[in-house]
Amino acid sequence: MTLTLARWQFAIVTVFHFFFVPVSIGLAFLVATVQTLAYRRHDMTWDRLSRFFGRVFLISMAVGVVTGIVLEFQFGLNWSAYSVFVGNIFGAPLAIEGLLAFFLESTFIGLWVFGRDRLSPRLHLATIWLTSAGTIVSALWILAANAWMQHPVGYRIVHGQAVLTNFWAVLGNSTLWGSFVHTVLGAFSTAGAIVLGISAWRAWRDRDSGDGAAFVTSARFAAAFTVVTVVLTAVAGDAQARLMDTQQPMKMASAEALYDTASGASFSLLTIGTLNGSKPVLQIRVPHVLSLIADLSWNGRVQGIRQVQAAEAAKYGPGSYVPVIWLTYWSFRLMVGAGILLIALGAWGVWLGRRGKLLESRWFRRAALVGIALPFVANTTGWIFTEVGRQPWVVYGVLTTAKGVSSVPAADVAATLAAFVLVYSTLGAIALVLVVRAARQPLEEPEAAAEAAAVPGLVY
Amino acid sequence: MNFAPLNTTWFALIGLLWAGYLFLEGFDFGVGVVGPLISRDDTDRRICLNAVGPVWDGNEVWLIVAGGATFAAFPGWYAALFSGFYLVLFLVLLALIVRGVSFEFRNKLTRPGWRRTWDVANFAGNLVPAIVWGAAFTDFAHGVPLSAKGYSGGLLGAVHPIAIFGGLASLALFMFHGSLFLSLKTDGDLMARARAAARVTGAGATALVGGLVAWLVVAGRPPVPGELPGWVPLAIGLASVVAVAVAVVLTSVGRDGWAFVATGTSIVVGVGAIFARMFPAVLPASNPGANGGLLIGTAASLHNTLSVMTIVAAIFTPFVLAYQGWTYWVFRQRLVRPAGDDGPMGIGSVLGGPRAGGPGGGLGARSAGGSGGGLRAASRAVAPGAEGG
Repeated sequence: MTLTLARWQFAIVTVFHFFFVPVSIGLAFLVATVQTLAYRRHDMTWDRLSRFFGRVFLISMAVGVVTGIVLEFQFGLNWSAYSVFVGNIFGAPLAIEGLLAFFLESTFIGLWVFGRDRLSPRLHLATIWLTSAGTIVSALWILAANAWMQHPVGYRIVHGQAVLTNFWAVLGNSTLWGSFVHTVLGAFSTAGAIVLGISAWRAWRDRDSGDGAAFVTSARFAAAFTVVTVVLTAVAGDAQARLMDTQQPMKMASAEALYDTASGASFSLLTIGTLNGSKPVLQIRVPHVLSLIADLSWNGRVQGIRQVQAAEAAKYGPGSYVPVIWLTYWSFRLMVGAGILLIALGAWGVWLGRRGKLLESRWFRRAALVGIALPFVANTTGWIFTEVGRQPWVVYGVLTTAKGVSSVPAADVAATLAAFVLVYSTLGAIALVLVVRAARQPLEEPEAAAEAAAVPGLVY
Repeated sequence: MNFAPLNTTWFALIGLLWAGYLFLEGFDFGVGVVGPLISRDDTDRRICLNAVGPVWDGNEVWLIVAGGATFAAFPGWYAALFSGFYLVLFLVLLALIVRGVSFEFRNKLTRPGWRRTWDVANFAGNLVPAIVWGAAFTDFAHGVPLSAKGYSGGLLGAVHPIAIFGGLASLALFMFHGSLFLSLKTDGDLMARARAAARVTGAGATALVGGLVAWLVVAGRPPVPGELPGWVPLAIGLASVVAVAVAVVLTSVGRDGWAFVATGTSIVVGVGAIFARMFPAVLPASNPGANGGLLIGTAASLHNTLSVMTIVAAIFTPFVLAYQGWTYWVFRQRLVRPAGDDGPMGIGSVLGGPRAGGPGGGLGARSAGGSGGGLRAASRAVAPGAEGG
């Protein structure tokens, strides 16, 4: 019972946290880019845009930071056996993330927010770039920890603990660099989609005022940025798939619900019916694509779930080594599908923008607004796929999830789980309302008369 | 028990991280608790929030790094501590969540009800950790119930009279520390009220911290094999009491800058006393027959991990200290009401008072700097000795 509840708790607090993380990573980078354009060109339009999207960034960052603290302690709370087992290796990247990344981003975001009138424009620009650097460095180290769970390297087992033998192997883990590039580019495209959606809608809403023209500019910029970053995300993901095929064959097989080893394996776009290996009712298949994904060859061999299960049972002892197939199958499809739709949306925006017709297409601005959801779908399902696909392992081939849990009363885990759900849904709702509000604000900062009476230097 | 020097070094470094965290967040917490009590209107309230505004987030990272370093250097400690103090830690996390977003959310709407809600959230989010950290560290010094499976006390094993007393002591000390910080960052009436708060909380803090040291000595604890002679932690603990008493004296003669240094010293030295009392256990046992508790050697990572961590920390910590210090320099100015705005004449704090959402602006605040009318450029540094000059 504790195990199930602890897994739900980890899933919920992580997924919720990761709604905000890509937004923060991506918007920090985009806002820094836009502010650089403003600085270089002495351009008020870009300056106003950077302030406008900076407000959205700050809301996301606030929720991302506070929900991140929970994760730092989640391992100790619910996964103490795991913590003892992996601490020698897993703890170091976490500590280094704090020292190298969290200090950087949280200190310089304070300087960016409060220092606008106190620092020179050049120095102020540097603070947002350092904030952005902090978010990206943070991704690197937390993914170093996660990559070790997917593909443990540079360790040996001593007295029931994994201990570090080679730090450079942990840092040079091929899985790490694949997922780092994929995750950061995915975060960039998340911000691209947000800026595109808001800009397309605002360009039309404010078409009669000066703001409209500015938002046309940012919409065109964001459309191009989104296309490029999603395509690159897909390229990185493709490289990851080939690593996965050799490192975690079960995950590759479960992505397709491929029960029996096949050469020239096809890829199903969707399946109606059960995914238990029996004949589906309806399936749309694209020949050879799975082999291409897994092996980069037309007739490459892809191992099936039954064969991997037999091999792992022979290696690790009796038991089931098959994850929840419907979850891996559909999460993989949703991730890929959302990505493809996002490329199409961005390309549509670029095409309209080049013809100067961004304002004319009602369907585009609707699609762009709804399309803000696409990267969130892809980010969430991508992580669900990669984490569920590793089950029953918490550290692949080394430690099962069931063996990592704390010996705390199930009631405690249930109570805190309920509280997290309550607090997080409230936070999520408030953050959404505030982001929508911020997105409706005029570009020009309101020269509120009330401000004349306030104290200089007040931000909060 | 191999590689004992590196183990002990990391035990001390984690003590240092906690000391840094509680020094820095100590005044954040103190400002958060004292601020609403001495604010007369929304502008006062905003001044208090903005006094810590640029820095609280960076200060909080000290906790995350302390947690991460504990995980890396002492997996056994990290695991036993946080799964053992499960509900206690959860309470702190909840408070930190609420506090963190309250800073960002409060200014987003000008509706009084909205602002009052986040004022309460900010107050509670600062109050809870200010008490709980003190209670928890008192527990660590005093020893906790341990069985072969780890911490066995449940919630009630952590919440008992001496821990509650320790929580009140840390609350008073942080309120004193925060009042002094406010008196250095504000001007006029608000500064006067912050000073008054410092005098009241200073007296309380001295009594409670002194009482805590005495109580810990009297209560005793089953011995930990290889522990330091009892007079060592006692002497360090007394130094902490002396520091807070000195701060009271400095406050009464108007040397707020030096008084702030003294309260900070008291916090840092106090954490040192607790770590000295714990050594060489990371979790001393309160029950006999537990071999003293969870020891450094048992809980620690092996040499490779500790070496990597030492190198990384040695290279990067100076940069972190430099840019964090620089932030305080950038924001060294006092937050001053414009001339002619003396605030409302009414009495009563914002918390519970009907008058939230006064003249504060909404989203435009960020552009206000430089355009505000009649600002007095007060640039007295938050540096020791700046007072009385």
